[in-house]
Amino acid sequence: MTAALSIKNLEKTYDNGFQALKGISFEVQPGDFFALLGPNGAGKSTTIGILCSLVRKTGGEVSIFGIDIDRDFPAAKQMLGVVPQEFNFSQFEKVYDIVCTQGGFYGMPRALAEERTEKYLRKLGLWDKRNAQARMLSGGMKRRLMIARALIHEPRLLILDEPTAGVDIELRRSMWEFLQEINAQGTTIILTTHYLEEAESLCRNIAIIDKGDIIENTSIKSLIKTLNKEVFILDSREILSATLDFGDFEGRRLDEHSLEVTVEKGQSLSDLFAHLSAQNISVTSMRNRANRLEELFVSLLAQNKMQEAANKEVKS
Amino acid sequence: MSPQLIWTSFSTILRREVRRFTRIWPQTLVPPVITMSLYFVIFGALIGSRIGDMGGFSYMEFVVPGLIMMAVITNSYANVVSSFYSAKFQRNVEELLVSPTPNWVVMAGYVLGGVARGLIVGFIVTLIALIFTSLSVQHIGVTILIVFLTSVLFSLAGFINAIFANSFDDISIIPTFVLTPLTYLGGVFYSIELLSPFWQGLSKLNPILYMVNAFRYGVLGVSDIHVGWAFAGVLVFITLLSGWALHLMKHGKRLRH
Repeated sequence: MTAALSIKNLEKTYDNGFQALKGISFEVQPGDFFALLGPNGAGKSTTIGILCSLVRKTGGEVSIFGIDIDRDFPAAKQMLGVVPQEFNFSQFEKVYDIVCTQGGFYGMPRALAEERTEKYLRKLGLWDKRNAQARMLSGGMKRRLMIARALIHEPRLLILDEPTAGVDIELRRSMWEFLQEINAQGTTIILTTHYLEEAESLCRNIAIIDKGDIIENTSIKSLIKTLNKEVFILDSREILSATLDFGDFEGRRLDEHSLEVTVEKGQSLSDLFAHLSAQNISVTSMRNRANRLEELFVSLLAQNKMQEAANKEVKS
Repeated sequence: MSPQLIWTSFSTILRREVRRFTRIWPQTLVPPVITMSLYFVIFGALIGSRIGDMGGFSYMEFVVPGLIMMAVITNSYANVVSSFYSAKFQRNVEELLVSPTPNWVVMAGYVLGGVARGLIVGFIVTLIALIFTSLSVQHIGVTILIVFLTSVLFSLAGFINAIFANSFDDISIIPTFVLTPLTYLGGVFYSIELLSPFWQGLSKLNPILYMVNAFRYGVLGVSDIHVGWAFAGVLVFITLLSGWALHLMKHGKRLRH
């Protein structure tokens, strides 16, 4: 099957000599919901910039649904919709005009552009604001406006660069539902985000980029499986004694009603509950101390940093 | 892209440009009309009546074609430089850059937007001029062609200025320090026959002189220069500036990194 996105040895060196991408390669399959994660300055936005022609690559190959961008970029662009990190629409234009005009840039006849504009403004809850100037919208509405604009030509591949940054929880949830809906309808989605629970909830596959290199590229499930331990916070109904016994588990009392327990690979939560129950402690609620993907993400970046330091040491 | 898609894309850009300058008409259409009306009253009627004939016409008749051309030049330039730079500043130029629209279509859309404003302002200024004097166009073809090509040329110049501009100050430098002096010294208010041979020779290095005189030839039938030179010069400059603009869009680092 032709990949929705194929990147091979992609390189970008800026004029000042900074190497933003050091020959990265990965593929995204059609229909996938793919997370591209990395710390600030890792190369995510540079990669997206190359895909949508705002940044010129200095090496490597990129194909979108089998179309090499060096051979026929306009055809590849027809397949692609991009929601950038920063607002990039005219603040003085009307919401309706911004979306409808974008259809024209993709060669859509006016009637079709108008039909799609109504469809996506309604879906994203912006139809009532269609005659408002863009500057009058709230931050969340502006994000939704950029999604509507990116979808006007119904691209097969949609790239969202931190689409929920600064968006409140309720709106974020509704955006997740919308993205899952269009993904279920066949649109391949690539998402960059700093909210790792967002990536874990939505995405099936993942690439982690750091300092211009891909340091992990696998499925979210496989990645989560590599977790050796998980840290849970438990709340109890009873007052916890300072001399609480954790048995084989590593743990500590946080306050009178909560404790933190580390569960290693191979240990069972049932054993933990049984052990606590034997001490007349009933657990009323339990949660992860941090998002599982976040734990992995931090540990992968730390490993990469140590590896780099070791390489430098060998060289010197 | 197919011709149909290119046309849709081009007409979308043009429609947006026209919508932009008509939406802010108090900033784009009214000021040139007021300025030109003042020129007509002060230079044409009040001072002009004491100057007497120039080039065989009353001073008002002589100055009207130059003032219409001046309005066309400044408005064509101003429209494109401010619109394209604003699009860069607000980053909505990326809407076009990420789309399959070819660079030449982007350029053509913005340039024709500038031409639309230039010609609308020129038309309004002509109507006002008719309050002060009667105009009978001698060579309609020359008049229409030179005003259109001049508008294209200065729209292109505005487009290049906008590509280079890094701040709003940068888009006012060329109009203030280059365009205005060249226009004032380009035979709008006087015939270069009034100048000494040295200054006449120097004036002939000013491209605006050729356009103003070609337009005056179209309207009044008189010119300080050969009209053929004006058309040749304008076409050469349009070719050069188009090529430069496309080169900047394709290889320059001001729109794409």
